[in-house]
Amino acid sequence: MNAVLSPARSLATARRVLRQLAHDPRTLALLLLVPVGLLVLLYYVFDADRTSFDAIGSSLLGIFPMVTMFLVTSIATLRERTSGTLERLMTMPLGKADLVAGYALAFGAFAVLQATLATGVALWLLGLDIAGSPWLLLLVALLNALLGTALGLFVSAFAASEFQAVQFMPAVIFPQLLLCGLFAPRDSMQPVLEAVSHVLPMSYSVDGMTQVLRHQDITGDYVRDVVVVAGSALAVLALGAATLRRRTD
Amino acid sequence: MNKSSLDPVSVRAHDLRVTRGRVQVLKGLDFTVRRGGVTGLLGPSGCGKTTLMRAIAGIQARATGTLEVLGRPAGSPALRPLIGYVTQAPSVYLDLTVRQNLEYYAAVLGVPRADPAMGAPPWGHLPAARLGAVSRGRVDAALADVDLTSHAGALAADLSGGQRSRASLAVALLGSPELLVLDEPTVGLDPVLRRGLWELFHRLAGQHGVTLLISSHVMDEADRCERLLLMRAGRLLADGTPAELRRRTGADTVEEAFLRLVDDADDADDAGDADDSAARAGESV
Ligand SMILES: Nc1ncnc2c1ncn2[C@@H]1O[C@H](COP(=O)(O)OP(=O)(O)OP(=O)(O)O)[C@@H](O)[C@H]1O
Ligand SMILES: [Mg+2]
Repeated sequence: MNAVLSPARSLATARRVLRQLAHDPRTLALLLLVPVGLLVLLYYVFDADRTSFDAIGSSLLGIFPMVTMFLVTSIATLRERTSGTLERLMTMPLGKADLVAGYALAFGAFAVLQATLATGVALWLLGLDIAGSPWLLLLVALLNALLGTALGLFVSAFAASEFQAVQFMPAVIFPQLLLCGLFAPRDSMQPVLEAVSHVLPMSYSVDGMTQVLRHQDITGDYVRDVVVVAGSALAVLALGAATLRRRTD
Repeated sequence: MNKSSLDPVSVRAHDLRVTRGRVQVLKGLDFTVRRGGVTGLLGPSGCGKTTLMRAIAGIQARATGTLEVLGRPAGSPALRPLIGYVTQAPSVYLDLTVRQNLEYYAAVLGVPRADPAMGAPPWGHLPAARLGAVSRGRVDAALADVDLTSHAGALAADLSGGQRSRASLAVALLGSPELLVLDEPTVGLDPVLRRGLWELFHRLAGQHGVTLLISSHVMDEADRCERLLLMRAGRLLADGTPAELRRRTGADTVEEAFLRLVDDADDADDAGDADDSAARAGESV
């Protein structure tokens, strides 16, 4: 693995990924509007139960960026592998870390936009009631987006086609959704599942959102959650870089 | 001047073998590619041209034997800025414009984005480009060299096949490579464009000392090369100038020379197989 990161090449890669996205307005619109639409839907689902809307809505604000960035990144990197552009880049003076950092920067930047819009709509139009600062929600949302990007990069190494890549979403994301505490409190789960939920990063992102929902100030748990999610994102990004091979069959 | 520019040989292979899947695709190649000039790599479809080029570019797994490129083992990081590899299938981002593609690859190669002082590459432009508007930067120069200036703003997805492969070729003209490895760069192009590109290749070789290794299975392009490597089924069939190959086989054209060499090799194979098939025929009757 190339340990040296070239800021110029990483930024150029991020810019290129964003330019690709810019040529696809429909995907862009879907990425920005679907989370907002789902929040509105949720609002009316819990028409008579605003407390549940607050709890689930704030968790979803963290989960959306992770799921969407996972999908977008896994397809984008799979395309890069199958179109020959990755092969060509690997003959050039581009470090694997540059490529991975470029993707993370691009989708991270885009996730800020997506999360800002969703959080803004949730807080100011739908009246989502949180005790803490919206900035803390945004921070977790951004880290979740990076985690989604990292997981997407990583699994795309194991997918030979778009069909397979899409199937990784239920395989990788759904178990985390079920175990993250959104459906049932984690301490009420079967003990093995509870133990598993302690090592899944999404549990910490949902917990982080819940901390902001309940507490006015930054809690120790919130700090731990942020560190765990950021650490997992970095670790999986490094794994993703390790799955990129310069020499292929 | 670095070591590689003094070496009269750009690529040196000894007993180069590559296994892909379960098949040995390159079965022990020994050859050299001379520094400077255009060397053609010819051979029928599936004989291993792309595999050999990938090995030279340093991205082919499971290669054994010796393969030295510009004085270093193939795949050395130091070679990356010195080699331009154009894949057989165009490798450009379909959802970017031609110019955006070139801008990205230029950034990866570390080429300054728009430097008026570098308006023209050291080898000059195609005649058409010289007549055109004043171009700025390597990107413009590369676009002009492949005659795509008018399509700079088009999405790569909206280009014709030939235009797309020229866009892919333009990427290799962005940096300042010492070795250009071009996998069938002129396939599907019309005669006028092909002539223009061959003029460009020779200008790169002649005025700038670039070594070009160009694969093709269009034999009439063989005469445009200074030297030829003829491959068949993972082995090197012959190696020399077009004139030498014609003389050696008593043929009038390189195509004929190649066919004679293939026939001779087939005969040799058949002689080897004859005992086997006789034995098999005996069993089945
Ligand atoms: N990824 C792969 N896995 C297994 N075998 C492969 C792979 N790629 C190519 N081969 C085999 O290796 C052999 C050589 O392929 P290669 O692409 O080098 O041929 P080529 O000379 O470039 O052919 P063409 O002129 O058609 O491009 C072929 O028989 C092919 O079937
Ligand atoms: Mg080929």
